[in-house]
Amino acid sequence: MNDLTPIKTTLKDWETDQEVRWCPGCGDYAILKAVQRTLPDLGADPSKTVFVSGIGCSSRFPYYVESYGFHTIHGRAPAFATGIKLANPELDVWVITGDGDGMSIGGNHTMHIIRRNVNTQILLFNNEIYGLTKGQYSPTSREGTHSPTSPLGSVDHPASPCAFALGAGGRFIARSYDVSKDLPSVLKAAHAHQGAAFVEIFQNCIVYNKDRFDDFTAKPVADASQVWARHGEPLLFAKGTKGIALDHATLSLKVVDVVDGDWQGAGVLVHDVTNRTIAHLLVEMPFGPFPMALGVIYDDPRPTFESALLGQDAKARAGKSADLAKLLAKGQTWTVAG
Amino acid sequence: MATALIDGPDALTGGKDAAAAPEAVVVRFAGDSGDGMQLTGGQFTLSTALAGNDLATFPDFPAEIRAPQGTLFGVSAFQINFGSTEIDTAGDQPDVLIAMNPAALKTNVGALKAGGLIIADSGEFNKRNLEKAKYEVNPLEDGSLHKWQLLAFDISALTLQAVKPFGLGNKEALRCKNMWTLGLALWMFDRDRQPLIDWLNGKFAKNQVLADANIAALNAGHAYGETAELSGPLRQVHVGAVASEPGLYRTVTGAETISYGLVAGAQLAELPLFFGGYPITPASSILHNLVKLKEFGVTTFQAEDEIAAIASAIGAAYAGHLGVTSSSGPGIALKTEAMGLAVMTELPLVIVNSQRGGPSTGLPTKTEQSDLYQAVYGRNGDTPIPVIAARSPSDAFDCAIEAVRIATRYMTPVILLTDGYIANAAEPWKVPDPASYAPFPVTFLEEPNGPDGTLLPFARNENGARPWIKAGTPGLMHRIGGIEKNPLTGDIDYSPASHQTMTDLRKAKVDGIAKSIPPQEVTLGEPGGKLVLVGWGSTFGPIHQAVRRARKRGLDVSHVHVRHVWPLPENLGDLLRGYDKVLVPEMNTGQFKTVLRDQYLIDARTLNKTSGQPFTIAEIEAAIDETIGA
Repeated sequence: MNDLTPIKTTLKDWETDQEVRWCPGCGDYAILKAVQRTLPDLGADPSKTVFVSGIGCSSRFPYYVESYGFHTIHGRAPAFATGIKLANPELDVWVITGDGDGMSIGGNHTMHIIRRNVNTQILLFNNEIYGLTKGQYSPTSREGTHSPTSPLGSVDHPASPCAFALGAGGRFIARSYDVSKDLPSVLKAAHAHQGAAFVEIFQNCIVYNKDRFDDFTAKPVADASQVWARHGEPLLFAKGTKGIALDHATLSLKVVDVVDGDWQGAGVLVHDVTNRTIAHLLVEMPFGPFPMALGVIYDDPRPTFESALLGQDAKARAGKSADLAKLLAKGQTWTVAG
Repeated sequence: MATALIDGPDALTGGKDAAAAPEAVVVRFAGDSGDGMQLTGGQFTLSTALAGNDLATFPDFPAEIRAPQGTLFGVSAFQINFGSTEIDTAGDQPDVLIAMNPAALKTNVGALKAGGLIIADSGEFNKRNLEKAKYEVNPLEDGSLHKWQLLAFDISALTLQAVKPFGLGNKEALRCKNMWTLGLALWMFDRDRQPLIDWLNGKFAKNQVLADANIAALNAGHAYGETAELSGPLRQVHVGAVASEPGLYRTVTGAETISYGLVAGAQLAELPLFFGGYPITPASSILHNLVKLKEFGVTTFQAEDEIAAIASAIGAAYAGHLGVTSSSGPGIALKTEAMGLAVMTELPLVIVNSQRGGPSTGLPTKTEQSDLYQAVYGRNGDTPIPVIAARSPSDAFDCAIEAVRIATRYMTPVILLTDGYIANAAEPWKVPDPASYAPFPVTFLEEPNGPDGTLLPFARNENGARPWIKAGTPGLMHRIGGIEKNPLTGDIDYSPASHQTMTDLRKAKVDGIAKSIPPQEVTLGEPGGKLVLVGWGSTFGPIHQAVRRARKRGLDVSHVHVRHVWPLPENLGDLLRGYDKVLVPEMNTGQFKTVLRDQYLIDARTLNKTSGQPFTIAEIEAAIDETIGA
């Protein structure tokens, strides 16, 4: 995000006149609305906001947001965003990508925008499938996923976007899902973070991977299968009857029962968004034996790439003039008399 | 005149006609890649330039950074052709070969002119090095070099002796060999040592002992020449200064002039310059140069790969900078998809390709012109991109400015073709006056341009160019992307009519650039006749000299050298039809020949060379003779 004068806008101001072309019921609609609802709250200026995307269903996103938008090529959105940010660091840049775009063909660029810490919000819509190309398994598809290219079930071990982002040196890691009421608060935290803010958003592809995330997003199971990371608060779930604690003997996490609200007695961890070790444990926490960790898992800023690079450039320029004639005549010269 | 000493090699070696000064001399320094031959050559070039000679150089080094010592593939060479007349090539055959070891002798002596002079470091011709160079018998002793004048002495021992007072270790002391050799070369060609001494003092400012040792070696080499003159075949030669246009001169390489030209272009367009690059031989030196020019509004970004390099440059262009990226063939291949996006979104961009031998990794440090198809045709879809080719290091300055002009005026990516030879070769350059170039300031769209305050990002001006709208401009929010679009609003529209219209508009825009480029001139000769040699890029020197020589012999041959490879100058077809025969010498298998045949239905013939080495004048002259009879 940037320190710009807040602008008064409404959700309507962030809608374009373009017909939205996602499949009816696609999780992308909910994410779009959540973003359009969040932007006015941020005081964002449409003229200073840029959405940059790669290729895939999620990457159509910029066409539907009334700001500057660049629908680029497959996997490379982070590199375009880096150029935009270096050319004009005043711009508030959102990178929209998917599990295929950001973790497969563009994994390299995802790594480097995070490693460099370019001040952007990176929203990775993870539906664990290739939607736009009609349902092939993706790098985040679970083992055994049946698809046109894996009729016997996929055998690849899936990538974990948050673990990847943290491993790449990420300083802001968050997780949410398309219809979550908490998605706007996660987006706001991402926007508030100075640096590359990585947000994985589970997204329901209703055509090729329908209800894939139901085991933790469906209403009846949600409470028991989601743990929301909130800074300074204990990692509780199942209406406070369970918690995440550290097994000191094995240096791993465990689920503990919380009786009569005595989470302290049960040894439940208090979440600290600046604790990188807890962040590693939470993003690696296997779903099934554990609930799905959601919310702002890690948030510990350090100087951004553009401030470092452009600051260095400014220093290099100080006291020098852009005298081209002098530059051309540099070094050892000789004169041929007329 | 490039290669022949008018008096033959005797002028150098004290033969019968020794009194006459030669017009031009070709010297090749060859040694192990660790011997500092490129540095020696570079400094000799500088002293040559300061002596007022015209010159051209050809650095020829292996792809390996430190190839195993003494091996044949580890030989690094630097050739310089200098004279009192106009020099356009690095010379066909050396008059003098300085060989620092057996491998250097073996790989280079074949090129030496018959009767030419070999200066060899006999100290390095030991059993071990002879074996590495696959010599069974020492060639300095078996008479096998009888075709040439041989001067062998123990440069290693002489250097050690010269630097002894400085107490260096044996290895460090031997590193001064190249300065000893340079000292000898400076004596041979009657050059002032002082600029070299100043340079050494600067280079080793933090280690005066090393500076002093190198200077001592330089002086010792020089003194050796003076003494040897009395007895050996060595004699001093003075090559007179060339009669040049009055003005201020310096030496430059193509990598330097391209960097300066890009900076100049950005100034003329009144834009900040963003350069996204990824290291690749031989293109990296452009990035090396630009990082030092921040005060000219330059931002450089070393990206994670070639794709990110061009993508960042396109992103910067969307935000209002002059976006530039540069690479060599393999890297350009990776950038191809993004080039298509720049065509589709109609953003200005300059893509510099320092060509090298291909395909694939090919010959990383050698030169070739085999990326012409890639530049003109090599993308998916109907994706026209203008292509400009530089003919020499000096020419690359103007070409870079021209690339910026076209990119910003027509809102299009532009490919600037150069090659490994131009990038690395040095030549004297008459320093241009930046004020003599007409500015072409860019105007960004600041207000809605459509009816009733609407924005039409793809409305076109008289050049067929859309407006450049800087992301961040208040109120002009719009979306662009790689999907086919409505011809005015730019909204997604892949209807049949829209794609037909947009394809036509993109083609017409690039075709229309031909109207803004100068008509093709005859570089040398007449606008019609028996034969024309059509060249592009770095073949300029050998073609020009070959045509000049053939014309001197009365042959009806002309030279046309094309800068605007795409679109071609409007008059080129008519011009070429005025000749009975068209011959296209290229360092590829005939790519420009194919373009000419396709565009003009003319019987263009090809002359190829793909050895990683530039054409020699003799090769082209022979082809002229073969085509129209000697």
